[in-house]
Amino acid sequence: MSTATLSPAPATTAADADDTRIGLRANLRHLGALTRRNLMRIKADPESMLDALLIPVIMIVLFVYVFGGAMAGNQHEYMQYMVPGLLGTTGLNLAMALGTGLNTDFQTGVMDRFRTLPIGRSAVLLSKMIAETLRAIVAFAVLIGFSMVLGMDIVGGPLKLLAAVGLSLVFGSSLMWVSMLLGMSLRSAQAVQGMSMLVMMPLQFGSSIFANPTTMPGWLQAFTKHNPLSALADACRALINDQPVGNSALTVLVWAAAITVVTAPLAVARFRKRT
Amino acid sequence: MTRIERNAVEVHGIVKHYGETKALDGVDLTVREGTVLGLLGPNGAGKTTLVRVLSTLIKPDAGTAFVGGYDVLRQPKQLRRTIGLTGQYASVDELLSGYENLYLIGRLLDLSAKDAKARAVELLERFSLTEAARRPAKGYSGGMRRRLDLAASMIGRPKVLYLDEPTTGLDPRTRNEVWDEVQRMVGEGSTVLLTTQYMEEAEQLAHALTVIDKGRVIANGGIEELKKRVGGQSLQVRPADPAQLPEMARALQESGVPATFSTESGLLSVHLTDERRLTAVIGVLGTRGFAVAGIDTKLPSLDEVFLTVTGKSAVPAQTRDKEPVA
Repeated sequence: MSTATLSPAPATTAADADDTRIGLRANLRHLGALTRRNLMRIKADPESMLDALLIPVIMIVLFVYVFGGAMAGNQHEYMQYMVPGLLGTTGLNLAMALGTGLNTDFQTGVMDRFRTLPIGRSAVLLSKMIAETLRAIVAFAVLIGFSMVLGMDIVGGPLKLLAAVGLSLVFGSSLMWVSMLLGMSLRSAQAVQGMSMLVMMPLQFGSSIFANPTTMPGWLQAFTKHNPLSALADACRALINDQPVGNSALTVLVWAAAITVVTAPLAVARFRKRT
Repeated sequence: MTRIERNAVEVHGIVKHYGETKALDGVDLTVREGTVLGLLGPNGAGKTTLVRVLSTLIKPDAGTAFVGGYDVLRQPKQLRRTIGLTGQYASVDELLSGYENLYLIGRLLDLSAKDAKARAVELLERFSLTEAARRPAKGYSGGMRRRLDLAASMIGRPKVLYLDEPTTGLDPRTRNEVWDEVQRMVGEGSTVLLTTQYMEEAEQLAHALTVIDKGRVIANGGIEELKKRVGGQSLQVRPADPAQLPEMARALQESGVPATFSTESGLLSVHLTDERRLTAVIGVLGTRGFAVAGIDTKLPSLDEVFLTVTGKSAVPAQTRDKEPVA
């Protein structure tokens, strides 16, 4: 009886390190399967969708009917001012769900299982981004429908509305990297959610979404003026109301690019280190 | 005829440090193809760290490891096609149903939609999960979850399976189900690396054992071999009349065979240091005309093995009560 070892495998030589590169078709198949999984998670946990929809709905009702008359003289005018800006933040709110989802996958050991499978790790990440984008699109559809029922006019027409949605999604996807960083740095999904809220709240209220910054004290105006959410709200408002967009859209794109350039490499490096 | 035996897992000098802590401090081990190696050790011995190294989840600081002939460091993707992992915690997606969990993994292992579906159905059936197949895993019992996790690790028909404490926290019935399944997989040709804290589990499933403690291998070998190392067999004689126990012990001692007895158990025991001693005992008892009701040889238990090689008990006292009774 003799003992032979299998190392190294006869078929492999020292030169070809890890030669089974994952082909495009396999990558797409993995991406599809993982996206399906993420969408099924949303379906299995509809409350998470409700959170993303309920808060904007409450805000619209609250601000338009409670403060609208006081702030703009009449509700309709305030609605045309506030709702487009709030719509702009839909893409962001949902970007934040990426971090919570990622955190949960790491915590529960699901990520470990994926990592022992012969798939590209980028597919895991990309599938989450796709699922969150799809979720954001559904949220947009519901919120726009809801606003129109309440009487908001899409003055700029469907194309400009789509441009506003697109702008929100572009900015939202730059925040996905931030969310991803939070998701991999913080201990629990709840912490990620709490932290996201903490960042989002002052940004949202210290912007031109709800009130015209010229009515604010000077120090706050300085903040509001440079807050990217102001630019986003201004751009969406201009597009939906068919007014001149000015620099606001460009400002949003520059911000999105800057955030991506800074945070994406950090997030990817951290992801690679942990996977 | 020469039968060629191959090693499905080969580990040489694996080191993994976490700061000052040496989780693995130069571990060597091999697992023969088609066998079960029990990796035994107390909590914190480094068992899980080793499994994580061998599943490409963490990179070792030094040493080499091959699984199915593939290098852990240089051929991780090929290696991943040959392994299946069942962790200490069930790594299934709780929000998805049992079926969807298995289907997803099938697709990620490049099965066609049709094959992935068939394989999921087949494994759900095999692990008695068909009824719960469409329910979210969140509502599964601990045993069901473990079975689902086991099924998930088997989708790709892996050549090598890592079972990291597969029955920790399970009730005896569920534990037996898991054991049956492991035995079936081995029967079908799988190689298994099983980490456990339970002696009984290793004894039930493993062909060979590697005992580790504080990141080092402290004992290695077949189960019987290890037991012999601890001190060989003992002969236990049950006299027909327990009152004769002292008399029997004296008679043996007079013939140069040290014997002890316990009136409580009604047994006389002799340490069998060599084969001739058994014959001597029978001879002495026979010529003196003692009536014997029963005679048995006994190997020391794995718990005794562990105590001898590590100097401490493998299972902490407070959890001992929960340990399955053989």
